[in-house]
Amino acid sequence: MARIYIFKRFERFWHWSQAALIIFMLVSGFEVHGSYHLFGFENAVTYHTFAAWMIIALWVFAVFWHFTTGEWKQYIPTMQKVDAMIKYYITGIFTNAPHPFKQTRLSKHNPLQRLAYLFVLLVINPVIWFSGWAYLFYNDLAVVGLEWLPLNWIALLHVLGAFMMLIFLIAHVYLGTAGHTPTSHIKAMVTGWEETDE
Amino acid sequence: MKKTRFKIRYLLLLAAGLLLPLSAYATVQTQSAVKTDTKQAEKQVSKSTADHTKFKELQKDFKSGPEVTKACLECHTEAAKQVHKTKHWTWEFLNPETKQRLGKKNVINNFCTSVQSNQTFCSACHVGYGWKDDSFDFAKEENVDCVVCHDTTGKYKKLPGLSGHPNYKTMEWPPHSGKFREPTDLKKIAQNVGKTSRQTCGGCHFYGGGGDAVKHGDLDSSLKKPLRYLDVHMDAKGLNFSCGKCHLSDSHEVSGSRYAPTASDEEGAIIRGKDDGRNPTTCVACHDNKPHKSYAKLNDHTDKVACQTCHIPEFARGNLPTKMTWDWSTAGRLDEKGHRIKTRNSAGMVAYDSKKGDFTYERSVIPEYVWFNGEVKFTLFGDKVDGSDVVKINQFMGGPDDADSRIWPVKVFRGKQPYDVGNQTLAVFHTAGKDDAAYWKNYDWEKAMEVGMATMGVKYSGKMDFVKTEMSWPITHMVAPKEDALSCAQCHREEGRLKNVSGIYMPGTNNTPTIDKLGFGIALLALLGVFVHGGIRILTSRKGAK
Repeated sequence: MARIYIFKRFERFWHWSQAALIIFMLVSGFEVHGSYHLFGFENAVTYHTFAAWMIIALWVFAVFWHFTTGEWKQYIPTMQKVDAMIKYYITGIFTNAPHPFKQTRLSKHNPLQRLAYLFVLLVINPVIWFSGWAYLFYNDLAVVGLEWLPLNWIALLHVLGAFMMLIFLIAHVYLGTAGHTPTSHIKAMVTGWEETDE
Repeated sequence: MKKTRFKIRYLLLLAAGLLLPLSAYATVQTQSAVKTDTKQAEKQVSKSTADHTKFKELQKDFKSGPEVTKACLECHTEAAKQVHKTKHWTWEFLNPETKQRLGKKNVINNFCTSVQSNQTFCSACHVGYGWKDDSFDFAKEENVDCVVCHDTTGKYKKLPGLSGHPNYKTMEWPPHSGKFREPTDLKKIAQNVGKTSRQTCGGCHFYGGGGDAVKHGDLDSSLKKPLRYLDVHMDAKGLNFSCGKCHLSDSHEVSGSRYAPTASDEEGAIIRGKDDGRNPTTCVACHDNKPHKSYAKLNDHTDKVACQTCHIPEFARGNLPTKMTWDWSTAGRLDEKGHRIKTRNSAGMVAYDSKKGDFTYERSVIPEYVWFNGEVKFTLFGDKVDGSDVVKINQFMGGPDDADSRIWPVKVFRGKQPYDVGNQTLAVFHTAGKDDAAYWKNYDWEKAMEVGMATMGVKYSGKMDFVKTEMSWPITHMVAPKEDALSCAQCHREEGRLKNVSGIYMPGTNNTPTIDKLGFGIALLALLGVFVHGGIRILTSRKGAK
């Protein structure tokens, strides 16, 4: 059994604070949408907006970090071993087969993770972010030439983004238990150190 | 040496300690003296530049209202000519958009219904003297009633039945009450004229529909001295606005209209002195379209929602019940001796009157909400009414896709009133008067209809019936302080206040149920998949361990 240092301190801070914010925004956001009553509509809007600005601030740092450290390369997609990963999740994981992907510091995400996170980065986040901004600055959309965009479209896009994020969250949390051992990924995300097969 | 120096210092300190409070006391004295002086000065000097008690033209024992007016016109030479051009005088308004001829003279409402044939009574609220029938001279300057708007004594009252005159002789009022009104002291009233006030405007506008609070719902006598809670602008202990503060007047033409209201104004606040023909009476004229400073998201509402919708959470908030329904069809029921019946509800309000039918009232009423772009279409005399549908006496136009429309709060007044079946029109019928045909005298619909319709130049068909009618009144007075404005969730929830307003996306109302079912459904499936997958993992790992 070997241990490698995969997640640096900022990365772990970013991950967990982002996780907290996303979960909180899902909870408050679906209340704003009208799915249930929890904080009360007015509070839900206030909290949701506040959390949005927090996550924006967090992302400013995260983007800076990814580019200055070169960590953005971790999200370059690859189709290599994708089939092996899928096969592992469908059968291998039940038969105690070895994990087909070997983590290194230069390649910390398995190919399915790369694709999933890239999907979050390129699809889910932009949908949520841009519809969210349009929602927030609805009456000033003329400034960017979008005054023709009705609020129900904006809201619909935002809700679609939220559902995608919710589904991603469920899968992501579960696959967090599908490492070398059920807790190895989670431990790594807390301490930075990942246990590997060798 | 050291000791003496110390002593001197000590003495100086002591002296200063004694003198300081003294001098401070002296300053306070002089300051307060100055204050009382200015206060007295304020009391002594009137804000007006003219003291009408000193005018020789007004040192007369006036015999009648027109005599007073003649005296007014000796100095205010153009005043009557100006008044002659106003709605207050003509009771007519030609809507420039719809070309409908409106105004009190032409409109049939669902309260007392029509001025026509009833001027003797109705003209108690006309700014003139002597309008009792079509022979009234609208060109005569002394027919203008100046003091009804400019009285400051509160003693001037035009009584129904006197064709716009106050009582010049001792008179029993209300009729058969055993109370008597002294002759109107015209000299005193003429010498005490001043600016219009909530009292003078309210003299008619608070009592529309035949009594206090009856008609508008947002205008009643509680606004004479309102507290902040009731109206943040008219607050007698605060801003103390008169009506004219918002209803700016020019040459006696008062701004603001219910025939052609301003539902929205994209151009925002009006800078003093700027004359671009916009209505100065609106909220926006002072507050602009982005008035919310501490919570900017609220400004995102102003393109769809009228200020009044949130800032007037209820109407008839001043404790006086406003009339909500009026059913003429039950009028005319008399007791066994053939006398008029008048019954009251538990709140002491007249619930049935043989002269008028059944009424209901409400207090602190939640308005109904409609899209409104400022255009009002009336069902006028002669417009086809066949009794099959509810007749909209007036209809507020506009819709969600119209940039000029806003969601407005309205009082909808519902009634049942006579229509001429043969002529297929809302009826004009004769109610008030001492003559035989007056409904309020003889309770005979046929005679009342015949005379009423004849004043409109139409022969009564001989068959009348009652038709359900609705009339809408925009709610715009009784503006609550901001802490009493609607909270977000009063609209942003299922079954919220705007549930009947179509064509608008309202966050918080659960308004995309299909998408929600789909989204949460897929999320649930994902969760289920996770549990199945995880379950199998747990089962197989146990087997593996064995």
